[in-house]
Amino acid sequence: MIVGADLNRPLPLWKSAEMRLSCGYAVLLEVQKVAIEARRGQNSGTEVWHRESRGRYLRERLVKVVLAACAYLSVFTTIGIVLVLLFETINFFRQVSIVEFFTSTTWSAAFANPQFGIMVLASGTLLTTAVAIAVALPLGLLAAIYLSEYASTGMRRWLKPALEVLAGVPTIVYGFFALTFLTPLLKATILPGLPIFNALSAGLIMGVMIIPTIASVSEDALYAVPRSLREGGYALGATKREVATKIVVPAALSGIVAAVILGISRAIGETMIVAVAAGALAQLTLNPLQSVQTMTAYIVQVASGETATGTLTFSTIFAVGAALFVMTLVLNIIAYLFVRRFRETY
Amino acid sequence: MDSEKTRKERTLSEDPERRPEVKRLQSRQPSPPVATGSEAQGITIEGLSAFYGSFKAVTDASMNIQANKVTALIGPSGCGKSTFLRCLNRMHEVIPGARAEGCVRLGDQDIYAKGSDPVKIRQRVGMVFQKPNPFSKSIYENVAWGARINGYRGNMDELVERSLRQAAIWDEVKDRLKESGMGLSGGQQQRLCIARTLAVEPEVILMDEPASALDPVSTQKIEDTMEELKKRYTVVIVTHNMQQAARISDYTGFFYIEHMGDPGRLWEFDATDKIFSNPERKETEDYVTGRFG
Amino acid sequence: MTQSSTRRTQTEGRPEPGADFRTSTSVRYGLDRLFTGLVFIATIIGLIVLAVLLVDVAIDGIPRLSWDFITSFPSSFPDNAGIYPALLGSLWLLALTTLISVPLGIGAAIYLEEYAPDSRINRLIEINISNLAGVPSIIYGLLGLGIFVNFLGPITGGRSIISGALTLALLILPVIIIAAREALRAIPNAVREGGMALGATRWEVIRSHLLPMALPGALTGTILALSRAIGETAPLIVVGAATFITFAPEGPRDAYSALPIQIFSWVSQPQAGFAVAAAAGIVVLMAVLVLANSFAIWLRNKYQRRG
Repeated sequence: MIVGADLNRPLPLWKSAEMRLSCGYAVLLEVQKVAIEARRGQNSGTEVWHRESRGRYLRERLVKVVLAACAYLSVFTTIGIVLVLLFETINFFRQVSIVEFFTSTTWSAAFANPQFGIMVLASGTLLTTAVAIAVALPLGLLAAIYLSEYASTGMRRWLKPALEVLAGVPTIVYGFFALTFLTPLLKATILPGLPIFNALSAGLIMGVMIIPTIASVSEDALYAVPRSLREGGYALGATKREVATKIVVPAALSGIVAAVILGISRAIGETMIVAVAAGALAQLTLNPLQSVQTMTAYIVQVASGETATGTLTFSTIFAVGAALFVMTLVLNIIAYLFVRRFRETY
Repeated sequence: MDSEKTRKERTLSEDPERRPEVKRLQSRQPSPPVATGSEAQGITIEGLSAFYGSFKAVTDASMNIQANKVTALIGPSGCGKSTFLRCLNRMHEVIPGARAEGCVRLGDQDIYAKGSDPVKIRQRVGMVFQKPNPFSKSIYENVAWGARINGYRGNMDELVERSLRQAAIWDEVKDRLKESGMGLSGGQQQRLCIARTLAVEPEVILMDEPASALDPVSTQKIEDTMEELKKRYTVVIVTHNMQQAARISDYTGFFYIEHMGDPGRLWEFDATDKIFSNPERKETEDYVTGRFG
Repeated sequence: MTQSSTRRTQTEGRPEPGADFRTSTSVRYGLDRLFTGLVFIATIIGLIVLAVLLVDVAIDGIPRLSWDFITSFPSSFPDNAGIYPALLGSLWLLALTTLISVPLGIGAAIYLEEYAPDSRINRLIEINISNLAGVPSIIYGLLGLGIFVNFLGPITGGRSIISGALTLALLILPVIIIAAREALRAIPNAVREGGMALGATRWEVIRSHLLPMALPGALTGTILALSRAIGETAPLIVVGAATFITFAPEGPRDAYSALPIQIFSWVSQPQAGFAVAAAAGIVVLMAVLVLANSFAIWLRNKYQRRG
């Protein structure tokens, strides 16, 4: 009776012909019999209802196992990431001292006498990230205030998806724009000495890309602040701006902090904008007008070249990747804790 | 009644000594002509307690629900009537963290026994909810779906029509069976939900304040169906409306919470006439005479 | 406090209402108007940059577009270079990524929303998924390189389309799961209870009622995730998409290029002609994205009307 429960549904296309044959003639005959009986109006209960189909329960259990496997796949993904990074990173540290990795001020992986100071790549990442946040934090937060406190429902419905588009543009397009539009524009106007590859352009455009991240998480936080708090402010004679900036924003602060941390995490992990527009010169600097190489850009540089599996250079990208993974993981966890704290409050 | 016998063999080992009351009632009220194979069953509840996490909502309730009768559950808000009702077809445990203790016997079968399948219980004990919840499918599909998943192989058109007629909505929807069930009015939606429950041909129907969200006309229509329903089904209905309970029910259970924070208790259970004219306990009298609640 | 009491004695009588408050309302209202303008401008600056970007790329790229550009192979000469193999590679990736990620993602969402008991391990899975959504895409590239290209190389064919598609599928899986879960969560419990009260099993309720109702929402999120996958560059570079390829891929184990990879390779060339080719490539890429998104909207509307 395994097919019993399914008989009243049309068979799915993929099993039509074959299935019908293998179901057997007997089943078809039985259906016919029941149908004839039903038309006569003499159908007795036992033959009309087939409530206890064992196939149903078997199927129920099978479905649950398959769906659980889908959910557990995400755990295996994380384990896979950790194992892959760990495996090659251990390889790397067999050949390079861990002290040098964290203290050396030179990164020259491709040279004959290579030096591996992650500080150098980290400074590039830090620099571009700082520029990006300097753009995205004020713009994102103000946009969030506008959307949550000022915009009409119609404006919100139109502007929110429009802002999300900023996060949907492929990063290679942003990279192209930074390199071929923004840098020449800055050179021609206010910064004549700007090199073609520089941290400033890359950071500025990356900031634009991160606006939606900061804006949407902050906006959720602002929007969740209870109406009673706002009304309390108005009842004391505060203006709309004062309510927004002095009551709503402080009340939503932990949510906003989470938004900024998520923004930082995205900036650190962003690859193509910096790979295209910031350059490939690994140097320890905090001057945004210079060319820098970030951690992500280094991985791209090595991966797009011809590097054989098993060489030291090949291992370096996993070591850098591991550092990147740990940094973003820590930031994401902190952001998660802030969001949770915010949710607990309201 | 060949069908009846087979049904019994499958679901319970018939033991006349243990259910004299039910037997008697059935012999007095023979099944209507459209025999379907399912026979109304009584429910025996012993020491039932229901929990939401660590919160105890109902404590130690026992009652005998007679087959082919309407049993009303009344009482002030939040006293556990609905929770108690949901325990009778294991819908209570669908809420995360909710569980029930005690013994609920449908006929002779302990529905909370180990190995008892909630899906099978719900096939036999249907439920109509407080808010109408039709599926976003056509009217026809709303009724046919439950029967189909329960392995119904008879004439579906007939079953749908019969169920809609029993729920007193056929005349209003017969020309638009293909339209969405969501497009009906609230009262029609609720009768559609009743039809949907009838189509599965259960033995017991639980109704959780089925008329609370409806206008008086729709309420009247649903009450009218009740007389018909109890000929073939055992009906348990939770209601806020005491007149309604008095009008439609044969037995009434009064739920009450003595002190704030206590779990709800079954305060008194008796024939409806008795509860409304001469109850045993003072709180029951206060409630049915409208002195509180 | 002292100040106000002295003033009160000086004026000898009832103080004027508001006399203790320094800021005049007109200044405060002025600041308010300024602030309103500020937040609005901040909101649209990003959109202005986006508009400038689109116009700039269009001006650079559209004149270069031609049928030849679509159907030609890459070349060392910027004027002859085309995107045919890259476009085909992207379509291959899109198809395979969809086939892999959509069933897995929706399946995981159903399990977490409808089946998973509220246990420690399931909460761990949830936290894990939201964390995976925040892992930089290039890390997924390293994962793909380590597992699909190297470890499973004999099966996947190493730097092949299927390796790329598996990598992208894992990358967008969290996004699909989150979107599908939200869509499922938006369905009122009454629907589940109504189905279960008829004696339906969980899966019967899910298949007949919950999935059809959740599909529009889940599809929108899924297609947004897929369009992110089309534009991804970094993980594909790491799992070895080729930048210069002279044949069209014919199967999942073939070597391949992809649109964003081709654009990256042209951007990295010093000749100005390649920058123009890159802009033209971007126009094609954006067109593909717009198409995908329009499809998402069309699909969603179609399902919503039916429901």
